Amino acid sequence: MSDESEATGETSETDVTEETSERGRTKNEVNETNETNEMNETNDTSSADGLAERRGMNIEVYQPAEDSGLLAQAAVEYPVSGTVLEVGTGSGWVAQQVSENTDARVLGSDINPHAARQARERGVEAARANLTAPFRDGVLDAVLFNPPYLPTDPDNEWDDWMEHALSGGESGRELIDPFLDDVGRVLTPDGVVLLLVSSLTGYEAVVERAESNGFGVETVVQESYPFETLTVIALTK
Amino acid sequence: MKESLMDIICCPMDKHDLDLEIDSQDDEEVLEGTLVCSECGERYPIEDGIPNLLPPDMRD
Repeated sequence: MSDESEATGETSETDVTEETSERGRTKNEVNETNETNEMNETNDTSSADGLAERRGMNIEVYQPAEDSGLLAQAAVEYPVSGTVLEVGTGSGWVAQQVSENTDARVLGSDINPHAARQARERGVEAARANLTAPFRDGVLDAVLFNPPYLPTDPDNEWDDWMEHALSGGESGRELIDPFLDDVGRVLTPDGVVLLLVSSLTGYEAVVERAESNGFGVETVVQESYPFETLTVIALTK
Repeated sequence: MKESLMDIICCPMDKHDLDLEIDSQDDEEVLEGTLVCSECGERYPIEDGIPNLLPPDMRD
């Protein structure tokens, strides 16, 4: 891609992306912030915890960042329609954007009770669920997923709700793999999966797992950041 | 939880149909209640309008 076309691509970004690009961070950077917080907590926790709680428990629910913006943009531009599920919806921001900017009925699921509550407060139909486990066969027209993808050393895991939102285990694919193995079951015959993949997770390994589950793989949108490249791929049967 | 969600969800463990028991609702949604698997009998609570469809060993 030439410099010129890259520049054009940036100026034509939708509002969806611009809103989050000011935040200028990805999961990778959230991870660093979280570690910093942890160090501070050993000194004084009471006031910081109180503040976080008043701000809507940001330390317990993943808040929209660059990766969220990219997934929302991909879903709106694709566009998805019919009945759509966002797996691991976190704050519900992506589901809300897609609901407001398409004609789809958008559901949001998360394993984290705080996340399900925040998503519901945004007007998203929310449920607590493990990936696609409680959904019937062949009922979803699209499934969106911005997975926990950071490869994490088991000795370094901090075991709280934010870790669930960020860590993809040692491979970075501990949730992506079981997701890819089950998501085909819940899709309609013409359904699509829009999955965000970071270069930190191993793009090729994700594509291979999708293909071994019978999916065709296409790139919808891709952005490069200082320490990773984020791609949204569309999987169809 | 909207009642129409019943057409989309199933028991996360055996994928059988769920039966809806309503304790309280408003015009749009079921606010409190229970989803019961028609096959294995497992019960999934609905609290503050949010169904908890996690298997028992994954709940808090």
